[in-house]
Amino acid sequence: MRFIGRRLALFLLTLWAALTINFIIPRLMPGDAALAMWSHIHNATPEQLAALEAEFGTPNQNPVLAYIGYLGNSLTLNFGVTVDQVPVMTKIMQGLPWTIGLVGVATVIAFALGTLLGIYGAWRRGSWTDNLLSPLLFMVTTLPIFFLGLVLLLIFGVTLHWFPLNHPYSSLPTLTFQSVADIGYHAFLPGLTLVLAAAGGWIYTMRNNMVATLSEDYVRMARAKGLSSRRIMISYSARNAILPNLTGFAMTMGFILGGSILVEYIYSYQGLGYLFYQGTSSRDLPLQQALFLFYTVAVLVFVLLADVLTAWLDPRTRTA
Amino acid sequence: MTAIDASLTRPPTTPTSSREAISRVSKAILRNRKATLGLVMFLILLFVALFPDVITSQPWNESVVPQPLISQCRQDAIAAGKMPNCSQLPPSRAWPLGTTQLNYDVLSQLVHATGVTLFATVLISLLVTAISVVIGVTAAYAGGRTDTGLSFTTDVFLVIPALPLLIVLSTYLASGGLAAIVFVMTITSWAFGARQLRAQGLSIRSKEFLEAARVRGERSWYVIFVEILPNMLSLIVAAFLGTSVYVVATMAGLQFLGFGNVGDTLTWGTMIYQSQQAMALSSGNVWWLLSPIIAVAFMGTSFALLNYAFDEIANPALRKVTRRRLGDAAA
Repeated sequence: MRFIGRRLALFLLTLWAALTINFIIPRLMPGDAALAMWSHIHNATPEQLAALEAEFGTPNQNPVLAYIGYLGNSLTLNFGVTVDQVPVMTKIMQGLPWTIGLVGVATVIAFALGTLLGIYGAWRRGSWTDNLLSPLLFMVTTLPIFFLGLVLLLIFGVTLHWFPLNHPYSSLPTLTFQSVADIGYHAFLPGLTLVLAAAGGWIYTMRNNMVATLSEDYVRMARAKGLSSRRIMISYSARNAILPNLTGFAMTMGFILGGSILVEYIYSYQGLGYLFYQGTSSRDLPLQQALFLFYTVAVLVFVLLADVLTAWLDPRTRTA
Repeated sequence: MTAIDASLTRPPTTPTSSREAISRVSKAILRNRKATLGLVMFLILLFVALFPDVITSQPWNESVVPQPLISQCRQDAIAAGKMPNCSQLPPSRAWPLGTTQLNYDVLSQLVHATGVTLFATVLISLLVTAISVVIGVTAAYAGGRTDTGLSFTTDVFLVIPALPLLIVLSTYLASGGLAAIVFVMTITSWAFGARQLRAQGLSIRSKEFLEAARVRGERSWYVIFVEILPNMLSLIVAAFLGTSVYVVATMAGLQFLGFGNVGDTLTWGTMIYQSQQAMALSSGNVWWLLSPIIAVAFMGTSFALLNYAFDEIANPALRKVTRRRLGDAAA
């Protein structure tokens, strides 16, 4: 398990680095960061200045003590209050389920779809999926994500009126079938944007990995043993081809989360990305900083999960 | 397959002259459909960027709608008992893509923003590639603790999500102008390339010609600049093109959210932002929003096509499989 130990060390070091970057950036700026932010708030009150100073410190504060206090606060999820005096965690917990639902489902669909089409494309090289559908989806991937979001909104929302233009739901969600269907209906276009932005990349890498593993000796051996093609395709070739994709999956989480900010903004989808946008444009820096940490930790957790999965699927990493 | 044969039959000792190299590259570009298309798209952009006035003679930073026309429109609206709505005019012969809420010509804005957008994209991509090369190659060449430290820094930057970091940084650099965007885009984007180039550098490190250079007692800078970098050129170009695709989209995305728009500098991202702010979509003024996002996608696609084509040219394994007949192999 030395592999997992090493990856865990990287996880902790990166977490520390991200925390430190978050601490340093506002303090690197010339002058009094808290005062500067406070002056940007409309109708600012002295309490707000106190809150900002608690978060970002004052120029003549001992930086080491401030740093230790900051690390302690961050690790206990105490991010202070927003400029309108709501605890940052309260706001984050309001947005979190929407983002997890939207981004989570879209990512799983994109990964599953991409991997399956990639496997199929490599297995049946030269079929119409391989020659037409996959390259087409891959070209879509290189388009800017806001291009996809806005064009889908324009076609299916504004012009055809098939889907709603914004918001995650039309009336406050309840646990009825109708409400769940309504949420799915609202999430369709933003979700489709994220799927289109990601799926093509998975097809491409999965197909290329799979083409490589199909020419390996162990696949030839499996054929010689007379195993069913289904078994060769899934257990021999695809299982090995998926390994690099797992690491890639974690790495692209950063890209997908970044893209989700744009998508949530386009569709006024009140998740974390929309909150992050609002926090930044209203200079609500305690909120902005906490969300930045959340995004980083989310990617880190995915990287660690991918490592654990890789270790489980690939015996070589266990002995290394 | 003819290309492979040619390279096999050429005596390896003959040095390739630069003219021969150029003709080989241009032949490769012309033979590859993606490369040709990508290059044509890029040349179109370059032409528009260099000669905006050839495309349109309209000014881009003042109203193009004559005052009498606006007065007429107001009077008509009042006479009809409606709210006068005399800006964001629909496309017509005089303004083919319509006008903005200040009645600026959208086409002229689009054309005049091309130069800054292209310049910033290429500049950022060059800087990012340069940093990637320096960090990646240094890590691979130096090894040991230097490598551990640089690789860790690279991994940290790779894991921290780029767009959120960009947004955080841009709040503090709002007054910094175009230079600030170039700066924040550069320091957030180099990690991916650095990691790839380090891997490539490691695979080159153990090659014999480097061993020979070391035995000859060459200095480090000589080994890096004369022996290593020329051998990594194709990878460096690929890193540059890949970065450009990313930079075009990310810069516009950042500006679209309203971050990183600077003063009077007009880019496509700024246009998208302004049209969103003026609710162009719900006002039915679709082209004000659509034309800059199509332009961004066009530029991104141009770089992406060049990138795939470059991959295909540099990496024969990715070329289309053409089933060889037995006769071919024998001949």
